[in-house]
Amino acid sequence: MDQPAISVSGLRKTYGDVQAVDGVTFEVAPGEFYGILGPNGAGKTTTLEIVEGLRRPDEGTAELFGIPSWPRNYELLRRIGVQLQATAFFEKLTAREQIHTFADLYEVPRERADAMLESVGLTEKADVSDTELSGGQAQRLSIACALVHDPELVFLDEPTTGLDPQARRNMWDLLREINAAGRTVVLTTHYLDEAEVLCDRVSIMDAGRILRTGPPAELISELGVKTLEDVFLQLTGREFRQ
Amino acid sequence: MSRSLGGLVPLSRTMVLGLVRDRTAVFFMLIFPLMFLVLFGALFQDTSVSRSPIAQVGDVELLEELPADYRADLDKVVELRRAADLDEALKQVRDGDVAGAIWQDGTTIEVRYSEADGVRAGTVRSVVQTLVESANLAATGQPPTYTIAMDTVEDDSVKPIQFLAPGLLGWAVAMGGAFLSALTLVSMRKTRLLRRLWLAPVRPWAVVAGRVGVTLGLAVVQTAVFLGVAVIPFYGLQLSGAWWLSIPLVLCGSLAFMSIGLIIGAVAKTEEAANGILQVTIMPMAFLSGSFFPADVMPSWLSTIAQVMPLKHLNEALMAVLSRDDSWGTALPVMGGLLLFTAVCTAIAAKLFRWDSA
Repeated sequence: MDQPAISVSGLRKTYGDVQAVDGVTFEVAPGEFYGILGPNGAGKTTTLEIVEGLRRPDEGTAELFGIPSWPRNYELLRRIGVQLQATAFFEKLTAREQIHTFADLYEVPRERADAMLESVGLTEKADVSDTELSGGQAQRLSIACALVHDPELVFLDEPTTGLDPQARRNMWDLLREINAAGRTVVLTTHYLDEAEVLCDRVSIMDAGRILRTGPPAELISELGVKTLEDVFLQLTGREFRQ
Repeated sequence: MSRSLGGLVPLSRTMVLGLVRDRTAVFFMLIFPLMFLVLFGALFQDTSVSRSPIAQVGDVELLEELPADYRADLDKVVELRRAADLDEALKQVRDGDVAGAIWQDGTTIEVRYSEADGVRAGTVRSVVQTLVESANLAATGQPPTYTIAMDTVEDDSVKPIQFLAPGLLGWAVAMGGAFLSALTLVSMRKTRLLRRLWLAPVRPWAVVAGRVGVTLGLAVVQTAVFLGVAVIPFYGLQLSGAWWLSIPLVLCGSLAFMSIGLIIGAVAKTEEAANGILQVTIMPMAFLSGSFFPADVMPSWLSTIAQVMPLKHLNEALMAVLSRDDSWGTALPVMGGLLLFTAVCTAIAAKLFRWDSA
């Protein structure tokens, strides 16, 4: 069998007296579109940050292509692309300058950056400052920056949050294309319809644990419900949370 | 290492672009202090007493018959104005429009002056007295027994441009260093750009070196512009032999102010907060350190407080190497002190630093 793109076992992370991640284990196969779902505060982002190598786990291991993501490994960083929850841009640069800077940081040709800008439909906005981009445009620029060095594995943390319905559908097409190009994609979201449409497999998280993992259709039939949203609500409960 | 030098090249470029495009930053770090230099330099330029105007009534032989070079000397001190009649001239004296009135009555030179301004009164008295005495001597046909030989010497007192140029430069460098490092820290934490860079093949030292390098570059530009303006003849700063020592001094100063900015950036949660703390830190420091006026006019307890401020030492060392002919002996201890200050502040900032603004 192929080496998994991601292999995570027994991750734990505590902040003060909050157990943010409490024994998370999962694997992602190469080329898979994998989703992590869960209500706010379920530990999705912390899990993702540990897997990416932004945070050190208190316990457990996270390996990408068999290489631990902590400590920082420069060879590994060239093989992964990340889009963080908040779009992180350099100040006072235009969209083109942003992505050119990322191209330079990853030491790939700037033509490649221009091609990425084109593929996310931002060529017309290339000379616009990042502060003048709409929410959807900024997210697409952020994703283009994550893809500029042609990574094998892409992490996307809530890429559609705050987008209007048209921009979300538009983003889905882009994410499908990224996956269709042979890349492994890990996505966190709290839009269940999105996960149902896009993901090969999803894990549903709550309170720092993975409650259930499987292809959306299987989870739906297993629990005898209509949609992934029903699965989600059945597993995480209906009560209002902060 | 690669062509991007671990990310240093692209990061430095984006920082330069970000700085040059930030009009507020360019204004406050370069144009604003420069305006002070241009303005203060012009205001304080001529501190000598202006010529004393004297109202002259009718013809005064003594003045008319003066040789041309005597007359030129006289014109440096007094300005002769014709008055229509005696009443008019005396009125001008009373109103303070002129320092004195002069007219001739037979062989008597009549002079009236106001005692309101002792300096001017003295000038009028002695000028006229000298003229009368030398005219009397000339009338005897005897050669003078005593002659006077006069020349000027460079005095030790501080000309305004000599403390304005280093003082305002020090202030500009302090603002540049502290603002850039504090705001960089706050905004990088807020936009999470630092995290994004952590997940790119960027060496941590390249992020720091890029920021430090760009700030030091700004300090060199500030120095070049300030000295360039101060040495134009209108302002008349005379650079002494070891003036180039101002460059390493400014660089060490810039590092010290960056370290102050690091502490502020580590403490402040928002850019607005950082801005406020920076203002209340840098402005008083600039005043106490003699950036705007000579520090020796301050009461001694304030001078004692100023002793702990890096800007005070930078300003004094800059003044010493720029126009007092001091050299390594003055510059080295100050550079050492500034670097020590940098080390201490950076250590404190590292203790206070938090990755997240929460």
